[in-house]
Amino acid sequence: MAVKDYIRERFFPHMWCPGCGHGIVLNSLLRAVERLGMSKNEIVMVSGIGCSSRISGYVDFHTLHTIHGRALAFATGVKLGQPELNIIVPMGDGDALSIGGNHFIHAARRNIDLTAIVMNNRIYGMTGGQYSPLSGYGTMATTAPYSNIDQDFDVVDLSIAAGAAFVARTTVYHAKQMADILMKAIIHEGFSVVEVMTQCPTYFGRKNRAGDAVDMMEHMKEITTPIGSKAKEKNPDLLERGIFVQKEIPEYCQEYERIIERAQADVS
Amino acid sequence: MAKPKLKQHVINREWCKGCGICAHFCPKDVLEMDEKDKAVVKRPEDCICCKLCEIRCPDLALDVETE
Ligand SMILES: Cc1ncc(C[n+]2csc(CCOP(=O)(O)OP(=O)(O)O)c2C)c(N)n1
Ligand code: SF4
Ligand code: SF4
Ligand code: SF4
Repeated sequence: MAVKDYIRERFFPHMWCPGCGHGIVLNSLLRAVERLGMSKNEIVMVSGIGCSSRISGYVDFHTLHTIHGRALAFATGVKLGQPELNIIVPMGDGDALSIGGNHFIHAARRNIDLTAIVMNNRIYGMTGGQYSPLSGYGTMATTAPYSNIDQDFDVVDLSIAAGAAFVARTTVYHAKQMADILMKAIIHEGFSVVEVMTQCPTYFGRKNRAGDAVDMMEHMKEITTPIGSKAKEKNPDLLERGIFVQKEIPEYCQEYERIIERAQADVS
Repeated sequence: MAKPKLKQHVINREWCKGCGICAHFCPKDVLEMDEKDKAVVKRPEDCICCKLCEIRCPDLALDVETE
């Protein structure tokens, strides 16, 4: 199937600002799904609220556009009800890790087979540029006019600590790598987290004098390096990208199925 | 594998929002922005069909068709 067959063309051009990185996440995700040869009917996309969450309106899969921070809770219900489906859960950084932080760590801990994509633009885009738990110390936001004093989470470290079975980081500059990683994350059985560094030129860019979308993507190229590279040894401040964890551990729906079998054996 | 040969770039001017990402990151400087801030093909003969422009377009506005 061609990439265009996976979208709802009637809703295009989409609502995202010029140069918004969320569109590149959509683009790479469609290519990952196309390369996996998946049918639209075997995928469910569940999203919450935010500019990022609007992605579920544009894909022609089964889609649920739910409430802020709770996409993983809805997705957990869908997966337990229909474990044979592939569930993709794109979230903004606020959606995933401020209001949704608790759902996030517990979904990872349970190891339920979902693909969580954290579309990390380091700000609340939809509501006008408030800082998020991923903005980081020293950044500017409408709610931090004298600069942010909150430290940020490291999505990769947090996901690993919470027990996720698959953990990766990439950027919208590295769109081909993103598509490769998303393919692997989708087929991995267990809770998969892909952090995608993306740009909100409208709020993060303006507030932080980070330039336009092109400048912000150039910056992603400069501040990241493949996992284990020589460059990282020389410059420890570089952020690594690639797959950090890919492990087989008992998956929640399969374990739950066993519990049902045990309970049924008990009553019969 | 034989190198892919360019048929044409298809740019959807209704969807293109003029971000300039395709033109800026093209390794061969094939694309440009026109006076209406839409992407246009300036040097198709230099295109190596890497499709980086296609996969980085946030608006799904650009397709690189190969033979
Ligand atoms: C329960 C609840 N609280 C707050 C909001 C307001 N709200 C909508 S989107 C959003 C944050 C959006 O930021 P993020 O999740 O990072 O996504 P982005 O828009 O940057 O893609 C907030 C706080 C809401 N819709 N529901
Ligand atoms: S406000 Fe930011 S996140 Fe929202 S669409 Fe615009 S650029 Fe994207
Ligand atoms: S990347 Fe896409 S939206 Fe941006 S200028 Fe090029 S064709 Fe237009
Ligand atoms: S396919 Fe590659 S070389 Fe050709 S226009 Fe696009 S980015 Fe440039």
